[in-house]
Amino acid sequence: MNIHDFLYYIILPILSVSSLLVFVRFFKGPSIIDRVVALDLLITIGIGIIAIYSILSDTPTFLDISLVLALIAFLGSVAFAYYLEKRNKNE
Amino acid sequence: MNDILIYITSGLGALFVLLAAIGTLRMPDQYLRISVNTKAATLGVGLLLTASALFFLDLSVTTRVIAVIIFIFITAPVSAHLIGRTSYFIGNKLWENSYIDDLKGKYNKSTHELKGLNKRKNNEEETESKSES
Repeated sequence: MNIHDFLYYIILPILSVSSLLVFVRFFKGPSIIDRVVALDLLITIGIGIIAIYSILSDTPTFLDISLVLALIAFLGSVAFAYYLEKRNKNE
Repeated sequence: MNDILIYITSGLGALFVLLAAIGTLRMPDQYLRISVNTKAATLGVGLLLTASALFFLDLSVTTRVIAVIIFIFITAPVSAHLIGRTSYFIGNKLWENSYIDDLKGKYNKSTHELKGLNKRKNNEEETESKSES
């Protein structure tokens, strides 16, 4: 088993199953905070999948996209936290 | 040697990401979910990115990977703290079995400020007015 097979048949399925589990929490989540946290975790798992996929396809350019995704995850959760707190204050 | 390191780092990274996903699904409380998300997912993604840096062994790729890892390690605690604070203000209850709430009574519910800070500010104003008079 070389490294390509290991990544393709073990690591990527584990990451896919974990993103499915987070999707369940994203749809089930009782409050909106759960959904924000699940979205953050989904984007983080996406960064990991991009890192593994750049090994598989031998193109390190994909790692730039992971930087942009990390930035979007941070901005998204900070904006959600800010506006949820504002909404609560006005009511 | 390098291949063995890639096996170890990618395997551990995938394991930590899977643990974070299971924790997000199974934990009973918002705050515990935020905690699991921040710790396990950050470490797992850092290990996966390290695996790709070990595979390419190139200066530009390694620089990019280190930039992403440092960015994630800096921003994950900040966003987790903000979301936990908002969740406390919105009024989400703690889990019934967790019986210590350190923030209880310390926040002003209407202005979202710490009460100790407010008291100190009032004391300063009082002392200023006394000194002025």
